[in-house]
Amino acid sequence: MSGIKAVDSEAAVARALERHARRPGALLPVLHDVQHQLGFIPAESVDAIARGLNLSRAEVHGVISYYDHFRQHAPARHLVQMCQAEACQSMGAEALASHAQARLGCAMNSSTDDGRFALEAVYCLGLCASSPSMMIGEQVFARVTPQRFDQLIGALDQGPQP
Amino acid sequence: MSAPATVYVPRDSSARAVGADQVADAIAAEAGRRGIAIRIVRNGSRGLAWLEPLVECATGSGRVGFGPVQPQDVAGLFDAGFPTNAGFPTNAGFPTNAGCPKAAEHPLALGAVEELAYLKSQQRLTFARIGLTDPVSVDDYTAHEGFQGLRRALSMTPEAIVKEVIDSGLRGRGGAAFPTGIKWQTAMRAPATPKYVVCNADEGDSGSFADRLVMESDPLVLIEGMTIAGLAVGAEMGYIYVRSEYPDSVRTLEEALRAARAAGYLGQNILASGRRFDLEVRLGAGSYVCGEETAMLESLEGRRGIVRAKPPLPAINGLFGQPTAINNVVTLATVPIILARGASFYKDFGVGRSRGTLTVQLAGNVRQGGLIEVAFGVTLRQVLDQWGGGTASARPVRAIQVGGPLGTYVPPSQWDTPLDYEAYAKFGGVVGHGSVVVHDDTVDLAKMARFAMQFCALESCGKCTPCRIGAVRGAEVIDKIITGQDTERQITLLRDLCDTMVSGSLCAMGGMTPFPVLSALNHYPEDFQKGSEHASRRSPQKSAAVA
Repeated sequence: MSGIKAVDSEAAVARALERHARRPGALLPVLHDVQHQLGFIPAESVDAIARGLNLSRAEVHGVISYYDHFRQHAPARHLVQMCQAEACQSMGAEALASHAQARLGCAMNSSTDDGRFALEAVYCLGLCASSPSMMIGEQVFARVTPQRFDQLIGALDQGPQP
Repeated sequence: MSAPATVYVPRDSSARAVGADQVADAIAAEAGRRGIAIRIVRNGSRGLAWLEPLVECATGSGRVGFGPVQPQDVAGLFDAGFPTNAGFPTNAGFPTNAGCPKAAEHPLALGAVEELAYLKSQQRLTFARIGLTDPVSVDDYTAHEGFQGLRRALSMTPEAIVKEVIDSGLRGRGGAAFPTGIKWQTAMRAPATPKYVVCNADEGDSGSFADRLVMESDPLVLIEGMTIAGLAVGAEMGYIYVRSEYPDSVRTLEEALRAARAAGYLGQNILASGRRFDLEVRLGAGSYVCGEETAMLESLEGRRGIVRAKPPLPAINGLFGQPTAINNVVTLATVPIILARGASFYKDFGVGRSRGTLTVQLAGNVRQGGLIEVAFGVTLRQVLDQWGGGTASARPVRAIQVGGPLGTYVPPSQWDTPLDYEAYAKFGGVVGHGSVVVHDDTVDLAKMARFAMQFCALESCGKCTPCRIGAVRGAEVIDKIITGQDTERQITLLRDLCDTMVSGSLCAMGGMTPFPVLSALNHYPEDFQKGSEHASRRSPQKSAAVA
């Protein structure tokens, strides 16, 4: 299950609607807000969002599923996004990605079994003159070497078990 | 007691990504330990990515730099006299080691920042302020020629503002190079109200980072440019659509918007002129195709980012069905200097019909990557020789992709062609937004061609068939070529498919994905033959039979 209580989800949607429903083109701001509060957009919140914005559930679901940024399931504790676009490729992004998969023991675009890390390929973080780059949560890192990757992951690994 | 020494540590994400925050903390802590009074300014980045974190100190004779600085370097810098004795003798016209304090001899010392050849050889107009100022300080901005364009625009008619922009020759810097003033004229003349200004800050192209630099290092220039656009077309509301991959840009923009509003440069009564204009930042959600203007409008309206057919032009029927001026970040950030200094000042830079400056974004496998703003007409070879400093891997350069993932791989035979929209179009190239991604001789162009198709398949909005299905088939065909299955016939098929995509796609996503593919195939054909060589080695009987 999602790990989010229904009441939390309802409250999050209500807060997001309260803050954004009156803005023109409110759906994306509402979805960002819900995801910011809960870490993802639970399936059970679609109905309330649709009602709040006078949209059909299909329209809301269509938008959630169209955009890669919106998550329909609870994410891993640490989301590691690795740039795999051309500039980073020219500086060994593929080798770094292989290293990352081996270090974390999970394939690209999947999560570790313990739910601590998720590894995701992204296409450009705008740090192309300092390739290869990656982002953990909202923190960016550039000129990443396998050693630096291990240091960063090692520091996060010290944290408490989920 | 003397005034505290001023130290600059950039807050731009290209600096933070390599430890600028930790460096700023280390400097504050070290100064505290030694009882030295300092003031740390989190300035923008100068765009010299290879020197980040680039720490600067104010001295009597200008700012001197140290970089790239890591936290563990900080104590040593202080031992050498940083930051109070960081400078050069006040009378020195240029940096020299003669009689300098020890800090100037520190291995990380770069001398006077403004005198760095990388910077001095540029013509910074749009990016005149980046790295100089605190990005969110209105005072700092106005002290460096900020809001002068807006002040002048407030005294002009909309027609006169539009004419100034048309006369400057400014063309869309997002890649399409459409004349900005013409776009504004169409929106200005559209009778419907309300009208909108939309800034396309969905900088999704690999290799490009100029938009990000504006937003994080000088966001007030974007705010000023959009306000001028609002005055020109008659809009009172503007949106900045920023990609979700740029959380730092969003934070800096929001801070700058609050500062501009508080100082009366945005809001109900701009500079007591009686004119209204305000801005809102909207967040994208990880869809590359939303960088296409009509898909971006769909997204802003709260729908899936699916491309619209044109016409109607967004200038007439755009956001929420209203007249909308849509421009890229760098384009809008160039407007203030055109208004402040006049169209002819700007137009004097450049060549042919490419007027003003190009923001070359030098990236990929290069030692000295960063932002290079120069007049149009510079060549790739000059960019590599004068600024690049060779590849990061120290191997020879083999291919350079110009203009983003939909741009071509430019072969060495064209490295002396001036970067000018028309000169590039003549050989099938694209200047685009000016990103230059360098690959060394380990690059496999067949693999890069496959990546272009795969990326298109991943990011296609799905509305038109040539893009949605063509990209998937394209990747499959290149797979067959790579593994040597009937190579020649597959190459014919690939060219045919590319032709369909170019002619039949609704937008640049499908329409230009063939550019990198075909340029790789045309200029680096040997990379597409490796598979058949392997295949013939694997099955000697078969090749014998053919012989």
